[in-house]
Amino acid sequence: MNKMDKALHELGEMDDLAAQDSPIHRLSPLAKLLTTIAYIVTVVSFHKYDLSGMAVMLLFPVLLFQISGIPVRTCFYKLRIVLPLVMAVGLFNPFYDRAPLLTVGSVPVSGGVVSMLSLMLKGVLCLMASFLLIATTPIDSLCAALRKLRLPSMLVTLLLLTYRYVGVMTEELAVMTEAYQLRAPGQKGVHISAWGSFLGQLLLRSMDRAQELYNSMLLRGYHGHFHYAPGRPFGLRDALYTLGCCAAFLLLRFVNVAELLGRLLVR
Amino acid sequence: MHMADALLAPAVAATMYVASGTAAGLSVHKLKKDDEPQKLPVMAVTAALVFAGQMINYTIPGTGSSGHMCGGMLLSALLGPQAGFLSMIVILAIQCLFFADGGLMALGANVWNMAFYGCFVGYYLIWRPIMHSRWFGEGKGAQRARIIAASVIGCIVTLQLGAFSVVLETSLSGITELPFGAFVALMQPIHLAIGLVEGLITAAVLVFVFESRPELLRELDAEGQTLPARRSLKAVVAILAVVALLVGGGLSLLASSNPDGLEWALFGNAEEGYAENMGLDEEDFGVSSSVADTAGAIQEKTSFLPDYAFADNDTPVGTTVAGVVGSAMVAGVALLICLAGGFFRKKKKA
Repeated sequence: MNKMDKALHELGEMDDLAAQDSPIHRLSPLAKLLTTIAYIVTVVSFHKYDLSGMAVMLLFPVLLFQISGIPVRTCFYKLRIVLPLVMAVGLFNPFYDRAPLLTVGSVPVSGGVVSMLSLMLKGVLCLMASFLLIATTPIDSLCAALRKLRLPSMLVTLLLLTYRYVGVMTEELAVMTEAYQLRAPGQKGVHISAWGSFLGQLLLRSMDRAQELYNSMLLRGYHGHFHYAPGRPFGLRDALYTLGCCAAFLLLRFVNVAELLGRLLVR
Repeated sequence: MHMADALLAPAVAATMYVASGTAAGLSVHKLKKDDEPQKLPVMAVTAALVFAGQMINYTIPGTGSSGHMCGGMLLSALLGPQAGFLSMIVILAIQCLFFADGGLMALGANVWNMAFYGCFVGYYLIWRPIMHSRWFGEGKGAQRARIIAASVIGCIVTLQLGAFSVVLETSLSGITELPFGAFVALMQPIHLAIGLVEGLITAAVLVFVFESRPELLRELDAEGQTLPARRSLKAVVAILAVVALLVGGGLSLLASSNPDGLEWALFGNAEEGYAENMGLDEEDFGVSSSVADTAGAIQEKTSFLPDYAFADNDTPVGTTVAGVVGSAMVAGVALLICLAGGFFRKKKKA
């Protein structure tokens, strides 16, 4: 399976998850979008040594994953992209920040190790939150929410159209790549003699395709705007959810619940 | 080069959102003024193509490795800077939402690092001047040389600017302990090599388009001749100013005798409590001065959700042990929630 097939598989998987039904799926997309942003901002704003304070933030995505019926492991596959990058930046911290910050048993732990771990935790938490948003919200409702936030209609329509065509183009390139590989056995990638023509051929065809797409849009009454289904209105439940979550995030940001819990056991 | 949310402080992320948002707003305004409704599907299809095209592995001759295509330069050569910029935003948004490549909060920064430089700098400062330059002579070969030169120089320059911005944003966020200079020395050479390869691949694709449908490329007509120049000095000057401000600001940070000190003054002030409490070596963080104090005071006032969690602890070690135990308990609760969720789901299915 080549990269494009994998990408197609991932896209399909996300669409399937978003099409399910659960209390979280039924929330207004705007409420989910706002809460996700609030969550990410809160997580990222934690201090680099405040690992224990941040740990409590794990409960929010874990709880929502369970309510929405999405298995947590589905998002761990995506960590392969986030973690190496975060690690590459965080890896230097233990070398530069060597002052011991705390001792676990008799082993001193330096500030750099703590800040590296908290950086990784931040990466995981942010990924879980944005995964949850997209796994419980179909792209068209998300676009409707973006319109409600007054994003330019041109940008939102472009997002929707591009998303539609990402599937088409990726599939086409997957077929082309497979055909190429079959005729060039043992070769890792596209040979330099085909660097231009491989994508160029598809590019030329796509330009004509875009014209056809525009014609078909016109035939369906397109006149510069897309009409979105009204979707679920932002009701009392959504307002309560958003406000409740934001209040909880603020509270967890300033009160170190993990430490309070720990004090029950350790003096 | 996609940055994750964890690598940015909220204040830096918000600044980058404002910067990218402004550029996007101006682009939408310009495209609305042009009023070409048929351009939207072309943008969407090309963006989807570039998205997929970036997954193709191109073998680099003589080495075992492979390279990828540079989207920003290709899009601005095909669609123009504004439409290319919007298409890049959409590509980055889809990568971030569906493939976890880059973060939701870091999207503003990613758009700036990859789309702004690739499209606006790449087009106004590189593609257009080179396509109009007389230095290459006349004829088809000269046009080909122009396209190759513009692609390669464009990719190298925009990638260097992008990599430099990544370093600047990460350092300003106070994420890494790596000194600014060392970080720059690490990032720039890697991206020089990447830029060269990406430039050659992009050039190959653009030359192929030029051979069969030259009118698809900006600044060229159906015969492959360069169109008469339309002057818009305003855009060139504005972009030059933005780039000069950023690079100049960054380089002054680098040239300062104690870059860590500046960083500390700007962003580490809330940690002052640590320097006293935890016995950290203050020299590691640089010296304090009246300027540093003023900057720190400003930062303290404007900082988003300042850090209280540690600053007022009297017995840091005692409380951190409680923190470790508490965190373990939180992990336990999280696991319980998972188990309970699994249990109820199974029950529902049964």
